[in-house]
Amino acid sequence: MTALVSMRGVGKSFQGDFTVLRALDLEVFPGETLTLLGPSGCGKSTALRLLAGLSAPSHGEILWEDPTRRDQIGFVFQDATLLPWLDVFDNVFLPLKLAGVSRAHAAPRVEEALALVGLSMFRRAMPRELSGGMKMRCAIARALVTRPALLLMDEPFAALDEVTRMKLNNELLELKSKTGTTIVFVTHSVSESVYLSTRIVVLAARGGDIVDEIQIDPRIPRDDEYRLAPSFSQFSRRASDALRHAMAEVAP
Amino acid sequence: MTAPRWSLGHVLTVAAPPLLTFAAFLGLWEWVVWRWRLPPYKLPAPSVIAQKLIEDRALLFSSLEITLSITVEAFIVATVCGVLLALAMAQSKWLARVLTPYAIMLQVTPIVAIAPLLLIYLSPQQAVLVCAFLVAFFPILSNTALGLASVDHGLLDLFDLYRASAWKRLIYLRAPAALPQFLAGLRIAGGLALIGAIVAELAAGASGQGSGLAFRIVEAGFRLDIPRMFAALALLSFSGVAIYGALSLLSYFALRRWHESVRDRGI
Repeated sequence: MTALVSMRGVGKSFQGDFTVLRALDLEVFPGETLTLLGPSGCGKSTALRLLAGLSAPSHGEILWEDPTRRDQIGFVFQDATLLPWLDVFDNVFLPLKLAGVSRAHAAPRVEEALALVGLSMFRRAMPRELSGGMKMRCAIARALVTRPALLLMDEPFAALDEVTRMKLNNELLELKSKTGTTIVFVTHSVSESVYLSTRIVVLAARGGDIVDEIQIDPRIPRDDEYRLAPSFSQFSRRASDALRHAMAEVAP
Repeated sequence: MTAPRWSLGHVLTVAAPPLLTFAAFLGLWEWVVWRWRLPPYKLPAPSVIAQKLIEDRALLFSSLEITLSITVEAFIVATVCGVLLALAMAQSKWLARVLTPYAIMLQVTPIVAIAPLLLIYLSPQQAVLVCAFLVAFFPILSNTALGLASVDHGLLDLFDLYRASAWKRLIYLRAPAALPQFLAGLRIAGGLALIGAIVAELAAGASGQGSGLAFRIVEAGFRLDIPRMFAALALLSFSGVAIYGALSLLSYFALRRWHESVRDRGI
């Protein structure tokens, strides 16, 4: 299968000598949910920003199978980053407004995105009136409204409580089954990565080298049964071991 | 959901404490004057001041009109110039570095020291206007510039992601994000414009010109008409409170749907 986007020997250094990524080789395939798993500071968020074009690589190249899709990216940040002066509808409408789409033309797509995340009833609510989980769902709707070729998610549920987090994990899987969007997800939670992903890439604590790559059969149903299944434990153990190995590399 | 803020009960709850305190203060003042039989040239009672305000209303209100028109003109010019300069400084760091020292210089130089100089080059009315403008200008400039520069980095990333032009970034992100600071600047500048106008009128009045409220205060002082001095002062104070109240109201209506500063409180 041809990769949707490939990172070839991509490195990123800040202020000349502080290297976050040494030379990352990573391919993202259409339709997959790829999780970048690693300890804090390993460069997983940097890799995501490079993919989004929010930052330029110091060296290496990022190649798109179809260069026109480079601009078809949705991004869900760690914080919901909603504009506090706009209501839910207008926040979701924002990417289309910036692209010059009229409100009348955009309305059906905005409504569709709101329906996908279950916020149709709250279209006129202001961000400050929403719970943390609802804010994040609004951010996901905003990322999806442009029907992106690639959805990038940078620890989107890290700040939420465990119950909301599990609920949103299920909603994300449901949304994925409806839209089929390719997702690159960043997290430092092993269980979240095993639950959501079809592939996990574990990055080393320093330099962003790939420590392990775990394939998870996309046909496995992702539900509460899966969380209790032996395969879930096996994948979790392998990811945990890889994570420990990744951290041991920088231990004194 | 919050309770309606414009019900009679809510307005009374908000307005009653300061009004009752003010009434008590006036009552105490009246009693002190009556108890110690103070003559009006030492300390006039509030009732005497009110009487004077009614007797001299034509003169005092025409002077108030002049002072207020200068204040409003200066405030509008300061707002337009302050916002335009803040926008220019937000677009160019080089320009910000060049202009900031001059803006600070104007702010820290006492207006009483500038007024006599301005009176040499300008007509008294123009000099008063420029003085009021100078004191009102800086808070609007500095607050708006701060607001434009304090945009959340996540939101800037979002606009980068969608390849927003500089213009769209300004209209849809920087300007609304700067609104709370801009409005705070307006509230400060409104009062300062009145102070600037008064100080400049005092300076201009010393050269025998002007008929604003400041001149009326000086004139009443020369004549030992202390009740009129107090009446003019009362008008000035009420005007200052009214300006601040009007700008607070504007701020409240502009921000009430989203900003924390007006959350769960009235005006």
